[in-house]
Amino acid sequence: MSDIEQVPVSLTVNGKKVQRFVEPRTLLIHFLREDLNLTGPHIGCETSHCGACTVEMNGMSVKTCTVFAVQANGAELTTIEGMANPDGTLSALQEGFRQMHGLQCGFCTPGMIMRAHTLLKENPNPTEDEIRMGISGNLCRCTGYQNIVKAIQYAAAKLNGTDIQEAAE
Amino acid sequence: MIPGEFTYHRPSSVAEAVAILVSHGDEARPLSGGHSLIPMMKLRMAAPEHLVDLGGIADLKGVAEDGDTITVGAMTTQSDLIASELLAAKLPIVRETSELIADPQIRYLGTLGGNVANGDPGNDMPALMQCLNADYVLTGPDGDRRVPARDFYEAAYFTALAPEEILTSIRIPVPPSGHGYAYEKLKRKVGDYATAAAAVVLTMSGGAVSTCSVALTNVADTPLFAKEAGEILTGSSLDSDTIKRAVAAAEAITEPASDGRGPAEYRTKMAGVMLERALARAAERAQG
Repeated sequence: MSDIEQVPVSLTVNGKKVQRFVEPRTLLIHFLREDLNLTGPHIGCETSHCGACTVEMNGMSVKTCTVFAVQANGAELTTIEGMANPDGTLSALQEGFRQMHGLQCGFCTPGMIMRAHTLLKENPNPTEDEIRMGISGNLCRCTGYQNIVKAIQYAAAKLNGTDIQEAAE
Repeated sequence: MIPGEFTYHRPSSVAEAVAILVSHGDEARPLSGGHSLIPMMKLRMAAPEHLVDLGGIADLKGVAEDGDTITVGAMTTQSDLIASELLAAKLPIVRETSELIADPQIRYLGTLGGNVANGDPGNDMPALMQCLNADYVLTGPDGDRRVPARDFYEAAYFTALAPEEILTSIRIPVPPSGHGYAYEKLKRKVGDYATAAAAVVLTMSGGAVSTCSVALTNVADTPLFAKEAGEILTGSSLDSDTIKRAVAAAEAITEPASDGRGPAEYRTKMAGVMLERALARAAERAQG
């Protein structure tokens, strides 16, 4: 066992307060998956390129493979597990990904949805270019991104109460 | 990929952080946004025994104007820089450059101080700070000292920063209003370091260049302030012969590595192309 002292970490995850002791070197992604059993955030590249581990932390999208759990002390986090509506129905983004075929294998999806969630909070009515640049830190190897962009447009339209026009390809 | 063990410190003041660095010497490293240091720790290329997280020091964040200088706190993130109206009005090249760094997630955490202090030749801000003739404020046990960005970089990852010092702020002289500027970066994809990049800030008067400053990213072990290129352009009307001579002078000081971004000869030529494009765009934006 390590002789480095474990340190307390308390944070709010998906609205619930949690407190654990962690080794300082514990990465946030491992903390979420292994200590909190939140396996929605995925481990893809482990090098802050792919974005599969993206969650929302204090209103920012962050890649949790490149943040220590101790740095998140006191933070508010939302993961994909916290995205559904309180009654269990799908949120606008989740519905968009389903309706517009925004996923194939689904590995990138939790990171994509969490990134899109923060993007739409900051920019509720993004252009296609803004969506593409907004998700440029998230890699998808299946879809070619077309339907991911449409899924985000679907969610933006739904949240803005405007018509959803284009069909999925 | 799990980093080695370390003791975590989260000081709430610069003085406290410096004291921790002093007591642990080069076994301690300051942690800023972490998007260079944590990947290095995961690869075990860095294994600090003490990590001093600067995230709890509120004074290190923010952008402020003081006369003809803009001071940026070291922990100001790239996304803070992009959002700053003051920078957009006075130093728009900072936003232009920030938007070309990494990707949105990384820009939420990556900081200006970390980008300029860690000495990675791939980072974009060091050349920009040399182009703007910024000073770095280094705080150590004996107080503050200022080092010009143009004198800070010694070799890849070797800088004028001592192990017990923290780079606490960046002081940027505000260029005259109506100046032209551009940061041109060639990269293979979003998130990549530059194959080559060029920063240009110039002022024009009656169709001639009054002042011109040029710096280059990722075409040597350090960022390059292209002094001679700037001098050649000053006084000219940016005619094609002068531009050719300035580009040749800039290319002459490059010493890029041959790597996945291309052979050295190619990267040198791309530095020249980036400079030409940056000059054209800066001239278009300049008034006077």
